[in-house]
Amino acid sequence: MSEVAEYTRKDFASEQEVRWCPGCGDYSILAQVQRVMPEICIETNQKKEDIVFISGIGCSSRFPYYMDNFGFHTIHGRAPTIASGLKLSRPNLQVWVVTGDGDALSIGGNHLIHALRRNVDLKILLFNNQIYGLTKGQYSPTSKVGKKTKSSPLGTLERPLNPVHLAIASEATFIARAIATEGTQMRDVLLQAAKHKGSAIIEIFQNCNVFNDGTFDAFAAKKNQLENTVYLQHGEPVTFGKDNEKGICIRTDHGALEPYVVNVADVDKSSILVHDEQSPNAALAYLLAQMDVPEFPVPLGVFRKINRPSYDELLEKQVKTAIEERGPGDLNKYMRSAETWTVS
Amino acid sequence: MSSDGSVSADSDKTNINGSDGFIEVENVIIRFAGDSGDGMQVTGAMFSDNSAFVGHDISTLPDFPAEIRAPAGTLPGVSSFQLNFSSLDIHTPGDQPDVLVALNPAALKVNLRDLKPGGTLILNKDGFKKMDLKKAGYLEDPREDGSLAGYQVYDLPITSVCLAAVENTDLTKRQAELTKNMFTLGIICWLFDRPLDLFEKRIKQVFTGKKESLAAPNILALNAGYNFADTIEAFVSRYSVGKVDLPPGEYRRITGNEATALGFVAAAHVCGRPLFYASYPITPASDILHELSKLRHFGIKTAQAEDEISAVGMAIGAAYGGALGLTGTSGPGVALKAEAIGLAVMAELPLVIANVQRGGPSTGLPTKTEQADLLQAIYGRNGECPVIVVAPATPGECFDMAVEAFKLAVTYMTPVFFLSDGYLANGSEPWLIPDLHKLDKLEVKAPTGENGYIQPYSRDPQTQARPWIVPGVAGLEHQIGGLEKENITGKVSYDSENHELMCKLRVSKVEGAVNSIPDLEMHGDEEGDLLVLGWGGTMGAIRHAVDNARAKGYSVSSAHLRYLNPFPGNTEAVLRNFKQVLVPELNLGQLRMILRAKYLVDIEGLNKLQGQPFKTAEIEDKLYEMLEQKVRKVAS
Ligand code: SF4
Repeated sequence: MSEVAEYTRKDFASEQEVRWCPGCGDYSILAQVQRVMPEICIETNQKKEDIVFISGIGCSSRFPYYMDNFGFHTIHGRAPTIASGLKLSRPNLQVWVVTGDGDALSIGGNHLIHALRRNVDLKILLFNNQIYGLTKGQYSPTSKVGKKTKSSPLGTLERPLNPVHLAIASEATFIARAIATEGTQMRDVLLQAAKHKGSAIIEIFQNCNVFNDGTFDAFAAKKNQLENTVYLQHGEPVTFGKDNEKGICIRTDHGALEPYVVNVADVDKSSILVHDEQSPNAALAYLLAQMDVPEFPVPLGVFRKINRPSYDELLEKQVKTAIEERGPGDLNKYMRSAETWTVS
Repeated sequence: MSSDGSVSADSDKTNINGSDGFIEVENVIIRFAGDSGDGMQVTGAMFSDNSAFVGHDISTLPDFPAEIRAPAGTLPGVSSFQLNFSSLDIHTPGDQPDVLVALNPAALKVNLRDLKPGGTLILNKDGFKKMDLKKAGYLEDPREDGSLAGYQVYDLPITSVCLAAVENTDLTKRQAELTKNMFTLGIICWLFDRPLDLFEKRIKQVFTGKKESLAAPNILALNAGYNFADTIEAFVSRYSVGKVDLPPGEYRRITGNEATALGFVAAAHVCGRPLFYASYPITPASDILHELSKLRHFGIKTAQAEDEISAVGMAIGAAYGGALGLTGTSGPGVALKAEAIGLAVMAELPLVIANVQRGGPSTGLPTKTEQADLLQAIYGRNGECPVIVVAPATPGECFDMAVEAFKLAVTYMTPVFFLSDGYLANGSEPWLIPDLHKLDKLEVKAPTGENGYIQPYSRDPQTQARPWIVPGVAGLEHQIGGLEKENITGKVSYDSENHELMCKLRVSKVEGAVNSIPDLEMHGDEEGDLLVLGWGGTMGAIRHAVDNARAKGYSVSSAHLRYLNPFPGNTEAVLRNFKQVLVPELNLGQLRMILRAKYLVDIEGLNKLQGQPFKTAEIEDKLYEMLEQKVRKVAS
């Protein structure tokens, strides 16, 4: 095994001047990624030059310019395809995709679902700010119904997509959520995503302070986080609040699974939902992802983490097995494997 | 040639050899036609393989409907396969069949107008019931109303005799009926004196595994057809065609798509880089995906993408990682890939896009051939977005141009279009199998960080290509993308002067590829009255037409462009060496428009958009028209 270099955060910061609006949530994400990279390199036994950032178009997609890694700022919505091609042909690289709600869920929706479905070993960071920032403020596929924007002055008529739901339906093997400004939690999920073998997607709530300021405040503002978010941890009861005094229980009413909030003190401890990120059944993750303020805390952390061979791994194996079984391809011979005749 | 050696007895080049009853002819054009469920493609392919194998030159033209199973017995459901086999060096599947096999009235109706006057017509009597005639839109039975009077008609009970022959097998009625294509093949084998053993071997290869039990009945049907023809004494004569004089070596029959796939595999060998192919299924390019997917043991990775855009994106990702990134499609797919190709132009990555052209616009004619994507390949993107464009001229040449496409892509760090078409893709010819070890290898540089940082957009002084720096090389980390690049550093730049510089640089880089491109070769004289300049799959028909005209003493030459952007260095000189220039194309004059704009030379076009390749006669007629007009003009 090759020696793992010791890196510091600075090794991952490029010389490019960062050009997001002052106060943008993207700064915080960049800082967390740069901070956790040295640890990721150790934990995944990767060198800096083997880690690649690929992005699409949008504010978020400027990200690769600010990392001192190999980076490719591609075209709108297509980052997962370019990342897939890179990962399939160079399986030893660690490939990150940086995308936004418009990039990943609107113009690039098809690529996202298929990259996830195939379980390509990609780490996808979806910066969700519920708005089009770069084009100066139109609604996005995650904007709330009725949202007034430049392109919806009377309010949007469209229901938003829930990225976690989409990821579940697309059979992603690692699904997590984080708040851009909540560093500790974000570094935790970033590290877990990096260590996961297969498609990993992290929805990051990112405030666009210019065009959609405060859209996540109800749960993401520091003062609201304890009461209105719950950090999911595998094998632990789903509890939240200042002293973890509240919890989530599940009841089946009229045949439907329904979560409800309880005071931990009022119920039998065993009735509180215990998070199982590895459950082969996606129902729990789906149910959790449905919870939203004001009735519920917004779940953060890892929703789902399941083991399935990745596409790149399987493809590599097909190549290896084919070579073992048939011997390395000999084109001269192969071209002559059809019916041939000789003219003398 | 069809116009010389013919199965019809009136030809002056036929030679009746009394001793064994065979008439010797130089070539035969035969067309098998039936319903798309009748197995005409298999029959045609088998007879073609055998024709090549016994030493004839061949050229084939399959023609089938876009629907998998159009309603049986109707005109849109007709499927056909034309083969030209010859003792001469031929270039085309031929204009007019000497022999037409029509298994039902629809097949007759669609194909009869092509049959040569006096030609041989083999009909399946059992397929001409009232209902069948009605489905084909015949009000009268054409066998009785005199419309077949000009042909040698053999109206044979193919289905019934065939069914009787396979009666004692375990076949269901439907399966039994399906063997009639082999019965028909047996008749044809008798007619052209082909031993059946190789066909029997092939049938056994086709029916393996679960279908193994079908092999014996099909062989039975084949033999029954042969014996039937032998017994009935209906045929006036049998025919034999001599062997063609081909350069020595080992040959096989190959279709354009097969040669394309093999060529890309060879490109990986030549460039010393792994091949990565991503594609979305599309007619008529899917066979390339099928072929390459079989070759995992060559280290070839293929991916069936979720759409055309993803396919090109994956190929770009692979190219970014240092592999030979390839995507294949047809015109509608190229339309979807356009933006991503622009990215590869901006990122200066070697990407090859194979377009097997079909009839357009929109979904157009999926199974029919056309050459109308030339402008799309050269210009079809936003911005000034130059790419190299190459186009093979024959099915076998697809191999060479596939290798060439990647050599150029890697040398100049640019996307390259490989423009094939449905005619080349599905057509076939004997192919002198190349020796891989004799192909010149291309030395592809792999920059390392050992001597310090390399600017990602620094330029090779000869080619102006940027270095192919790939992820994984320590010390050379950099960021690229679709935003305008600053020259040398590759950093994002909004500087207006830099933008103009970069646009010109990308163009001049592609134009510089002329240094790697061979000059146009002349077929005929270096100068004269008329030049016929073609590109792509029209070469065979052009050459044939030019040869015929030259034989009559006309001053005509031809040349064929395999490189459409940039053009070979001598293109202008060649154009100026002739009084007149004709560009035949299966479009409305795309190459002609570029040549006229570029060289200010007057050029006439011969343009056809019927989903079919040119017939030799169509080009020949145009040549005489142009040459005689000129004569008249001079005289007046
Ligand atoms: S527009 Fe919004 S998302 Fe974009 S950089 Fe500015 S604050 Fe950030």
